[in-house]
Parts: sequence; structure tokens; C-alpha cells
Amino acid sequence: MLTKRVIPCMDVKEGRVVKGVNFVNLRDAGDPIGLAQRYDEQRADEVVFLDITATHEGRKTTIDMASRASEELHLPYCVGGGFRTLHDIRAMIAAGADKVSLNSAAIADPSLITRAAAAFGTQAILCAIDAKAVAGNPNKWEVYVSGGRRATGIDAVQWASQAAQRGAGEILLTSMDRDGTREGFDCALTRAVARAVDIPVIASGGVGALEHFAQGILEGEADAVLAASVFHFGELTVRQVKEHMRSQGIPVRL
Amino acid sequence: MIAVVDYCKGNLKSVERGLRNVGGEAQITDDPCVIARARAIVLPGVGAFADAAATMVATGQMQVIRDRILAGVPFLGICLGLHLLFEEGEEGAPSPQAPSPQAPSAPAISPQAASAQAASAPAMKAAPLYPRGLGIVPGRVLRMPAFDATGAFYKVPHVGWNSLEFNLDTDGLAWNAGTFPLLNGISPGEHFYFTHSYIAPHTPATVATTTHAATFPSVIAWQDTCFGVQFHPEKSSDAGALVLRNFLDIVERA
Repeated sequence: MLTKRVIPCMDVKEGRVVKGVNFVNLRDAGDPIGLAQRYDEQRADEVVFLDITATHEGRKTTIDMASRASEELHLPYCVGGGFRTLHDIRAMIAAGADKVSLNSAAIADPSLITRAAAAFGTQAILCAIDAKAVAGNPNKWEVYVSGGRRATGIDAVQWASQAAQRGAGEILLTSMDRDGTREGFDCALTRAVARAVDIPVIASGGVGALEHFAQGILEGEADAVLAASVFHFGELTVRQVKEHMRSQGIPVRL
Repeated sequence: MIAVVDYCKGNLKSVERGLRNVGGEAQITDDPCVIARARAIVLPGVGAFADAAATMVATGQMQVIRDRILAGVPFLGICLGLHLLFEEGEEGAPSPQAPSPQAPSAPAISPQAASAQAASAPAMKAAPLYPRGLGIVPGRVLRMPAFDATGAFYKVPHVGWNSLEFNLDTDGLAWNAGTFPLLNGISPGEHFYFTHSYIAPHTPATVATTTHAATFPSVIAWQDTCFGVQFHPEKSSDAGALVLRNFLDIVERA
């Protein structure tokens, strides 16, 4: 049976992990590959590197990191952030990334998803959606872009559906309302998207406790759950999370 | 030296590195002469059946690889590389041609004349034609169904970690974890990373199966030296490394 995935996410700037990472015995806490290898040992199913580098020079460093990851990591990884054109995506795939995630650029030009899926296969193209609840409307969420700074007026569920039709292989769905709150995933949002598309949905944003992961799967109907700080700060290990998920009857790889 | 066959569809570094990490001497190459001299051949899984098969024919790789497999040179096909062991595949196949408008009203002719006409005018023949693979194992690779026998819906592509079940009676031979060299040390139920939309048919070559919407062959073997795995050992953490190590042992004994 296909298992539900647990995915640690790292913010990377110019090839280094940003935000504090607190890992015992990790020689270089800023090295994304070393950190990913730790997560591999804990039975993470894949990892996401979210590139927050702004400069062109910095992007080259990220491509070097992806290239190193393809040689040193033995699990699948996705690189997100900063892709504008098919050319950018090609460079990252050529460096060895298994998947790339598209966000603002796909909103600006949805055909980018279609073209990228045709060129590299649907399995390689994730559509990342940052969604925020519409005030006064409990079942409406709006897509935000540019790192959550700009509202688009686009309905998140409809956009997810369009992205899937255009050839996105997975949806990486982040609740902006929950991100950083530690209150758990927005399961209503996750479920609405999961039911609207026939591709896997990765729930993101809001994890603060062990039981939140299982909720994302059972109540949110997600195929995978993503978290950052609870793993980086050593509050929870991937293995603990998976053991708890298994105790809730969720199939996981341990 | 193990030739990692490059048919120009993507990044193969993780396969090459996976083999090197377990002690293999691997080299990425698209040169049929290098492939012909290699001690073993690994055919990785990138792209679609039709494209890959066309490239392999055009470069002369197809014939060389087939000859070497038949000569008993150890071979490992990964993902699409497993598919290519079969006779034909529907992935990326041109849609069956619509019959010529003249055909139904064509005057009746003798069977001999009809076959002569067919031979001289291939365009008049009925539906061609799935792209041909290596043809080591009989059968056609088909799209994974989206519904199982009970009508339950499954997401395709099949992406993530799924388990192997051993086929305990393959062509009268009782394979199991202890006696099947490629799976030495792997327990039934071990998880591997899959990402694919097409599945191989059941044949006596099936050694292990995996279940999504359908139960499909996830490990196949032809004679003692030719293998295919539907999963990506290079992305499957420790269990994947063990499969690659087992393949090296087979290469060293051959």
C-alpha cells in the first residue's frame, strides 16, 4: 500500500539553511545536504529545499547545492522558489532535482505548468499554493503570491484544479492563516483542495504538535504532510511523527 | 565498469553515484561501443517509453543492449528501464491511425492481392503500433488504472513509498528473500520509492509485486543476470542501496 509521506522543508539562502537549526552533533547546521541526510536517517520520505535567494549570483549557488544533493542524498528532493521560466526549471532539473515547485510564476503564466510538465514529466512539477481564508466566507480561500505579500483574487481550490489539469504532478498547499501559529493544518482548506484534484496534495503550514500530522491526513485528506521548525529545532523527529501516525492507523514507512 | 546508459533524457548522476557509493565502478555513457564492452549495464528510468526507445534505436544502443543481455551480461533496468525490457509499451505511442476514408468502400480483392498491397503500402495497414522495447520479456507495458477492482479511486502517477511483496512461485521456482540474489537481505513489506504512471504486465518473470490501483510487477528477472525494478533504488535510502549492492555482487560473480 502506498504510504503517507512526511516531508521536512528547509529554507535555503545562497546554499545555506536559514532560520535557526538546532541539531545535536550536526557539524554544520547550515549545510542543507547534511541536514537532509539526518532527516533521511529519521526516515523522512523526501525533502523540500525552499530557495529564498534573491540575487542571480545566489541562484547559481542553489543550483550547485542541488547538484551536490543529487550525488549525496538517497531520497527524492524538491527545490522551490524563484523559477520564472522553463530555462530556470531546466537548469534545476539538469542539476539533479527530482521535482521543482512553481508558485508566483505559475500564477503569472499558467502555461508554464503545461510547458514544464510536457518537458520534464508531471512527476517533476509541483504547484505550490499559498492560500488565505476570505473574511466572512468560511469555505473560500484566496491565492497569495510573492511570498504571501500580494493577493491575487484567485480562488485557491479552482487554481489547484486548473494546475492539476495543466499537468502539475502534486499540489504543495500552505495555509497562510496557520503558518507559524503552531495550531495545526487548516484541514478544511486541505480537504477542499484534496477533493477537487486527482493528484497528491501536500499539507503545509501550522504544525506545532505531534497529533497535527495525523490530522492533516485523516481530516485534511492530504497525501503528505510537510513541516519545518518542529523538525529543525529538534522538538520532534520524523520517526516520532511517523510512529504516531501509524498508531492512528495511517500507513507509513518506518 | 558498469555502463549507466544515457539516452539523453535527464540527469543520471544519482544512479551513477548510487552505484559508486556501494563500491561499483560506474560510468554514464551514450556510446554503444562503451556499452558493448561494459561488465554490466544499468538502464535508468527517465522520460517516456516511446521517446526513450526511439533514441535508443537511433543511437544504436537498443541492439547492443539486447545482444549483451542475451549474452548473459548483468543488466539492471530501473523504472522505465524495466518497462523497456518488454516487447512494447503504450506510453507516448502515437494514437491509432484513423482508417483511411477509402478503405471501407475499396473494391474486394483477393487475399493475396490484399497482402501484397498491405506490404507495399504500410499506411493502409490497421493500427500500428506500439513502440518496441528490448523484447527480452513478452508483453506490453500499459497505463496504471485509476480504479481498483472494487471501484475505489487511486491517484496516478503512483508517487511515493510503497512496499514489495514476493511472488513465491515464479515459473515453478520458489523465490524468496533468502534465495533471490537481487533482494538478498530485503524483507517482504520493505518500502521503496516509486514514481510512474505505467505498469508492466504479469509474466513468469515477476519476482515481486506492489499494489496501487492494481497489483503490478515491481521486480522482474530473466534468467540469472537480467533484472528490472519499477522503483528507484537510488532514491530509496538504505533499502535501495542494498539492492544496488546486491546487483554489484551479481556482477562480481558473473
